Formats: sequence, structure tokens, C-alpha cells
Amino acid sequence: MSAHTIDIHRVAKLARLELTEEEAVHYGAQLLRVLDHMDTLAKFDLAGVEPTSHALPVYDVVRPDEAHPGFTQAQALSNAPKAVLDQFQIPKVIE
Amino acid sequence: MSLITLSLTELRQKLTSKEISPADLVRDVASAIEARNPQLGAYLTWDLDAALKEAESADVTQPLGGLPIAIKDNINVEGQPCTCGSKILAENYTAPYTATAITHLRKAGAIPFGRLNMDEFAMGSSTENSALGITRNPAALDRIPGGSSGGSASSVAGGIALAALGSDTGGSIRQPAALCGCVGMKPTYGRVSRFGLIAFASSLDQIGPLTRSVADSALITNHLCGFDPRDSTSLNESVPDFTAFLGRDIKGLRIGLPKEYFIDGLHPEVEAAVRQGIAKLEALGAHIEEISLPHTEAGVATYYVLAPAEASANLARFDGVRYGHRSAAASDLMEHYVKSRSEGFGPEVKRRILLGTYVLSSGYYDAYYLQAQKARTLIKDDFDKAFEKVDVIVSPTSPTPAHKLGDLTDDPLQAYLEDVFTIPANLAGLPAISVPCGTIAHEGANLPVGLQFITKALDESTLFQAAHAFEVG
Repeated sequence: MSAHTIDIHRVAKLARLELTEEEAVHYGAQLLRVLDHMDTLAKFDLAGVEPTSHALPVYDVVRPDEAHPGFTQAQALSNAPKAVLDQFQIPKVIE
Repeated sequence: MSLITLSLTELRQKLTSKEISPADLVRDVASAIEARNPQLGAYLTWDLDAALKEAESADVTQPLGGLPIAIKDNINVEGQPCTCGSKILAENYTAPYTATAITHLRKAGAIPFGRLNMDEFAMGSSTENSALGITRNPAALDRIPGGSSGGSASSVAGGIALAALGSDTGGSIRQPAALCGCVGMKPTYGRVSRFGLIAFASSLDQIGPLTRSVADSALITNHLCGFDPRDSTSLNESVPDFTAFLGRDIKGLRIGLPKEYFIDGLHPEVEAAVRQGIAKLEALGAHIEEISLPHTEAGVATYYVLAPAEASANLARFDGVRYGHRSAAASDLMEHYVKSRSEGFGPEVKRRILLGTYVLSSGYYDAYYLQAQKARTLIKDDFDKAFEKVDVIVSPTSPTPAHKLGDLTDDPLQAYLEDVFTIPANLAGLPAISVPCGTIAHEGANLPVGLQFITKALDESTLFQAAHAFEVG
């Protein structure tokens, strides 16, 4: 029995995924096994340790505020599944 | 004799002396692909006409002039497909721009030719997570080539590519190279621009070459590296000529063997092959000593919090609006997002998005994500301390030889645990290379074993020196 709990339907909703009931059971069980393995981290004393988000120290990268040629509208739209009037088309959002 | 068996250095000589033309070479590679790819499934697509067109204007005086190089299908080359092994990009995506790594290779004269299969979005260690087909190990066709750059390793080891690019987030270049029997190299994080590499886990991803020799690897790495203002994690560091370090001896080189890497789960015959490799390094004059990387055990857990967390954010861009699969079944915007993503992504990608979303969600962030970031610090500190005592760390690349296809497809945790020796170099941002270290007889097949070398950040020179001495020694 896992010490962890996961509300798989809530997580799927946050991730914008839909799962069949069978998938929810299957993924839920697999993820609990993975979360159980995460308990390995509890073996180590992490109190007071600084977190690392990038391995090498590169901070606050800025570039000169100059205009450069970028993606054209045609390039940006070139893979759009649906485009209309030179814009991406999405389903209607206003009632 | 087929040109494809020659090294890049030999081919360069033939090209510069005009004994052969770049077009001859491209045609030769294409013939090899047509003959053998139906068996191996390494390539997803290849555009012979486009490559021949580039061959026409290839400048053979350049360092990679006229050499076709195959590309993992997650690196954008304008005008070519870039599926990431996923249904979500397979239907209607054509790269509208070119990755910097490709631009660098082209500047050196190379011709990107062919798109290689991979685990979907580089998530996996077997290439079985590709939605677009099975890739086989040329050493044993009923076995996995490893992954996620399985197509890259299979094509190079199988003699249907001269060299290939892969990407490595937790071992995805080195592990398939080890399992197929070729050389796979991951540069220091930040050495090679990630611009145009479709992101999996941005703090870990790095492009690198898969080749038949260390010398070929050094030659290509020379022309992959370099600062890119379009990647904010790119390092503005000078790039040495790595080929200048080939052929130097390793007398007195201090090599550390981490005791935590020689563990129960290590296949005994893999260990025996690796121990033989270490004896060879010692015979070449290296000084071998045992070292400790005490937080190794935290590596897999740390990685499988951080990588899925980053992936869940990176893959949020696949919304069916700007590119990729769009569901025909949706009636409103939310349904459009949910159905496009659910129809487009395969099981392993869904698993990792769910895991990443969970560890970043309110109430769990501190318990998982923050703890993993702290553990990452300890793993990095382990290497910093080790490199005060040794120049190079040597270990097995993978704890097991190649599994049979299908063996681990329903046991994700077991598959994750097999990344134990490759993950730490990604977490610490270090360069690492896997070099063939003999074969073992296993279940009726002769299966390749890889030996991994790791050095401190930006010290690829020593990495190539040691790996080359081992290879030719």
C-alpha cells in the first residue's frame, strides 16, 4: 500500500488531458509506484541545502534592446491546423 | 567497397582529393538506407533530392565539407518534418526554421540528411515509445536499440549513417550508443545551442553526436559547439579544437571509479566487461582509484521529479492551435485543448505530463519539486568534490545489455531505474561519452557494452583524450 495519494482525475484536468476510466486506473497505479520511489529522497538530509535549477551558473541573461528580423506572419501560420484572415482559428469562446 | 564503412577523416581525404564527390557519398548512404532501413527502422524519412541539392554546392575544403549527417527527429531543419516520434507532430508539421546546431554543421560543410526515430518527445530508453514505428538493435534485431536516440544509434552502428545527431536529457545519447555499439557524446550543458531542439526538459537537454569512433565524435563536436544569443543558457566560452587531444597518452591521468556505480543491479557480465576496460586504462598508464559519489542513489528520483516537471510545462505548447494535431471532435475551446492533446500524445508522454503536473501542483511543490532541486545540489557537489581528486570518472553506461523488444514496456519504474548511471551527468551539467567496451554473450546474442567517461564541466578535451586512448589502446 502506497503512502502517497494521487487524484488522477484532478491532475489530468490540470494537464488538459482526458483519461478513460481504464487509463486512470492504470496510470494512477504506475504513478504511485514512481512516487513511492521518490521517497528515496527522504533518506538524505536536505534541510538547509540550496536548490539548483540550472547546473551551470548563467544568470540574468539580457541582450541589447535592438530590433532583429523575426518570424514572419506567413512562417508563424505555416503549420496552423486552421487559419483564417491571416490568424490562428480556435473554436468560438463567446456565448 | 561501400563508402559508408569509412571514417569521416578517410572520407574527407577522398572528398578533398576529388576521388569522390559529395553526391556520390549521399547516394551511397541512400542506397544503404534503402537496403537496410526496412529491417532496422532507424530512419523515419529521408529526402534524397534535398540532400543531393545541398551536395551540389557543398564546399569540400570545409572541415565537414560534403559529409551527410543524420538527424534525430526532434531537431528542426527548415522544410523538413520534425515529428519527435509523436502523432501530434506527424500529421502536418514542417519545420519553419533551422536549429542553430544544424546551422553550425552546415557552416562546416555538412549536409543534414535523414530523420531518425526516437522515443516520443525523447521520453524513454528504448525507442519503443515512438508512435511512428519500431527501431531495432543492429547487434540483435529482436532487441531494443536503447533510447531515446535509438534511431541515431541504430543507424550509425547498423552502417546506414556515417554519423548522427541525438539529444541527451538523462542518457538519451550515451545509453543507445552503449546498447548498439557506437560512440555517443553529450557535451557540457550550454556548449551546444538548444535553439531549434524541441524541448523536453530545458535544464537538462543537450545535443550531441553519435559516431563510429571517438575521432569522428571530436570532429563533429568541434562544429556543434559555440555561443548562441538565441539560447539564454548557451555558454559564451571558447571552443578548443577537440581533435588536437586525440592520440595523446593517458599516463598519470587520474581516473575515479565511483563505488556507488558498481552495485547489485549491475549485470555481472556487463560488470566483467567494464572491469576489463578499466584494466586496459590502467595498462595504458592511468592511475585508477575508487571514489565516492554518495548521493548517486538520489539521482533517479531527482531526475524523475525535475524532468517531468519541466516537460509538463514545455509540452503545454501543444494545444492544437499553432501547430500539431487538432481534434475534429471538439465543440468548445477547453474541449479543443483536451481532445487535441489526448488524441495526439502517447502513453509515456501522458504519464510524464501527469507526473510533472502533479509534482508542480499546489500542495505538492515543496514536497517533491523543491526537494528534488535540493538533491540536485548534493549530486552536483558530489562531482565537484570528486573532480578535486580525479580528472575523469569512469563507469558502465547502462547496468544491463539491450533488452528484448517489449520486455519493459509496462514497467515504467524499472525502465527509469536503468538510467541510474547516465542521469547524474545531466543533473550536474557535465560532459560524458560512451565508448564501446566489447560485447557479451547473452541469451544467444553478442550484445555491446558501453564504458562511460565523465569529466568536469567544459573539459571535453580530457574526455576525448581519455576516450580515444581507450578506443585505440
